[in-house]
Amino acid sequence: MAINPKKNEMPVQEAKERARNFKEVALGYTPEIAVAEANRCLNCKNKPCVNGCPVNIQIPDFITKVKEGDFEGAYQVISQSSSLPAVCGRVCPQETQCESKCTLGIKFEPVGIGRLERFVADWHNQNNHGDIELPAPNGHKVAVVGSGPSGLTCAGDLAKKGYKVTVFEALHLAGGVLVYGIPEFRLPKTIVQKEVETLKKYGVDVETNVVVGKTITIDELFEDGYEAVFVGSGAGLPRFMGIPGESLKGVYSANEFLTRSNLMKAYKDDSQTPILRGKNVAVVGGGNVAMDAARTALRLGADNVYIVYRRSMDELPARKEEVEHAQEEGIKFEILRNPVELIGYNNPDNKRDPKNGSVIGMKVIKCELGEPDEKGRRRPVEVPGSEYVIDVDCVIMSIGTSPNPLIKNTTAGLEVNRHGGIIVEEETGKTSKEGVYAGGDAVTGAATVILAMGAGKTAAKAIDEYLSKKKTK
Amino acid sequence: MYKIVRKRILNPTVTMMDILAPMVAKKAQAGQFIILRVDEDGERIPLTVAGYDRAAGTVKIIFQIVGGTTMRLNAKEEGEYISDFVGPLGCATKTDGVKKVCIVGGGVGCAIALPVAQRFKELGCEVHSIIGFRNKDLLILEDEFKACSDKLTIMTDDGSYGRQGVVTVPLKEAIEAGEKFDEVITIGPLIMMKFVVATTKPYNIPTTVSMNPIMIDGTGMCGGCRLTVGGQTKFACVDGPDFNGFEVDFDEAMSRASAYAEFEQRERDKCCNLFKKEVK
Repeated sequence: MAINPKKNEMPVQEAKERARNFKEVALGYTPEIAVAEANRCLNCKNKPCVNGCPVNIQIPDFITKVKEGDFEGAYQVISQSSSLPAVCGRVCPQETQCESKCTLGIKFEPVGIGRLERFVADWHNQNNHGDIELPAPNGHKVAVVGSGPSGLTCAGDLAKKGYKVTVFEALHLAGGVLVYGIPEFRLPKTIVQKEVETLKKYGVDVETNVVVGKTITIDELFEDGYEAVFVGSGAGLPRFMGIPGESLKGVYSANEFLTRSNLMKAYKDDSQTPILRGKNVAVVGGGNVAMDAARTALRLGADNVYIVYRRSMDELPARKEEVEHAQEEGIKFEILRNPVELIGYNNPDNKRDPKNGSVIGMKVIKCELGEPDEKGRRRPVEVPGSEYVIDVDCVIMSIGTSPNPLIKNTTAGLEVNRHGGIIVEEETGKTSKEGVYAGGDAVTGAATVILAMGAGKTAAKAIDEYLSKKKTK
Repeated sequence: MYKIVRKRILNPTVTMMDILAPMVAKKAQAGQFIILRVDEDGERIPLTVAGYDRAAGTVKIIFQIVGGTTMRLNAKEEGEYISDFVGPLGCATKTDGVKKVCIVGGGVGCAIALPVAQRFKELGCEVHSIIGFRNKDLLILEDEFKACSDKLTIMTDDGSYGRQGVVTVPLKEAIEAGEKFDEVITIGPLIMMKFVVATTKPYNIPTTVSMNPIMIDGTGMCGGCRLTVGGQTKFACVDGPDFNGFEVDFDEAMSRASAYAEFEQRERDKCCNLFKKEVK
């Protein structure tokens, strides 16, 4: 049988339709499509895809199970390596990870590994309600700070080894960026809650409304009997550009805009949390978060949504699929543009005009690509005199974050780098403070869900080794 | 869930509650704040800590009934629960090196000013308090302020109690009469704090203001509470809520505070109707 050179398409909601609702965009493979896609896998000997996965899922093994129609068996293979398969199948940048290494991809399109992972996880969640085999408790307590992807992964891996794990979450709901950041249409919140529930079944306690560094310090966690602490507190304060007008009404950080819509459900008509539903919205930045913010603004009823990005389409850091989906939905890409000023409304005749102080325009300057910078990306160079104004009533800044200072400020002996990220030993996640490990955005600055999960996994292994050694002493 | 162990109506628009939250009570200090949600799907709102009882594990909040969320909160009774209560957040009021302080509170801001005044008293400072209200009916915490102040001046806009006028009048008088304050701390409406700062600036008396901007997470994640202080962007939740009053851009803060005025009015109307029905 000849190999289909193309990946099997995943059914999606029609672009026009989905651009106005918050339901999930991609609908997932059917069992028939999944088996057909699995059959494209060559099952090659050297398994390069496994090395492309930050948590080293045994990809050919699970795909073989799918070929055989043993979807639960496939799930078991994935869950040996990943605590959050339904999440990763949706949000991982597979095109730069596992799928980029696929042997089939040399000649054709690679196997749709992400789509298959998603299918397997969803199938399991729908069809399997079997009891979990609980490991024997080993009597050791570990605290995990933050319930985002790195924290949940670390907690899951340790719980499966018999540790008593407590996860401390600052917000009122567990999930971290999976609930406050990534929108419903890309990652339904029921999926995140399902993954959290699974961890609870393994005996993980989740304590919400606890801000480590404020409500309790890391040193106090040790005093309370925790023998190791994993810090996965995530990225922190949003960055702004430092241009005039960023404090105008209608100017958001992507974190605030998305938190209002996702965590606080401001997209619902009866929400108690307000959100500005702009008609002409400019999102500054080109990452996944920028795509999420732009597509959320569209769904909130915008007529025009612009991505304002200073490099070209080739340099956009967002996942390819997100950029394509955004384009299909009608997001306009104002590439090679850099904002220089935000313009506010001011009624000189009425100081009490409620519109005063609201953003009405964004002045941008055109850019050209110059020489590559130290990361090899071509540097944008502004074209003098090319400024013009885009009419907007909402601006969303999505240009990254700086690490949160709360834990650093209250933990003696925890070293951070000049950007404020916690310094760790890469192979173990070990910090400068005895018994404290860290991973995810708190270490790297804004990165991806799967890298955070990889770091949680690495730290869980290292914590297990550390405490095992301590036990035998 | 967090239990309301005590509720006291201070005046028709201001209510005090003690909330059982032992972990917060253990750490809370004057000047810090908490964030609460009344119920599932509720809004997160910040309220400054108005007191705490470490032994009983309770934290005191005092709030003005201004919008949907505070109406819902006010509808809760002793023994009932609220969904979420997290803190203490922000930095405590700095007290180092202060021997003589003037606390200037306005309206419900006095609720936040009180624990600050009490803290300075505890530390052995000379405390002068000036508290202002629209009228006699809205006066709160008079006895509490008396107990912790070496000198207390009460002002009302209409003269129905204490002296008639705004808080900056007795403040200026005191300064001109030669009172040497090491610091002035002011907590209240933005416009009042702006004028307090304008009063102290010519005399160059260090003046701290307590900012209470719109917030969501309160932990340094969303950036909604940003302010311009000394020309730089600061975040009230992690850098504040106390700031050097001479450096705060009050006009910008006032503009930002009005961002959801229309939404708030709608919520208020909705809630008014809701609770009217329930009262019947």
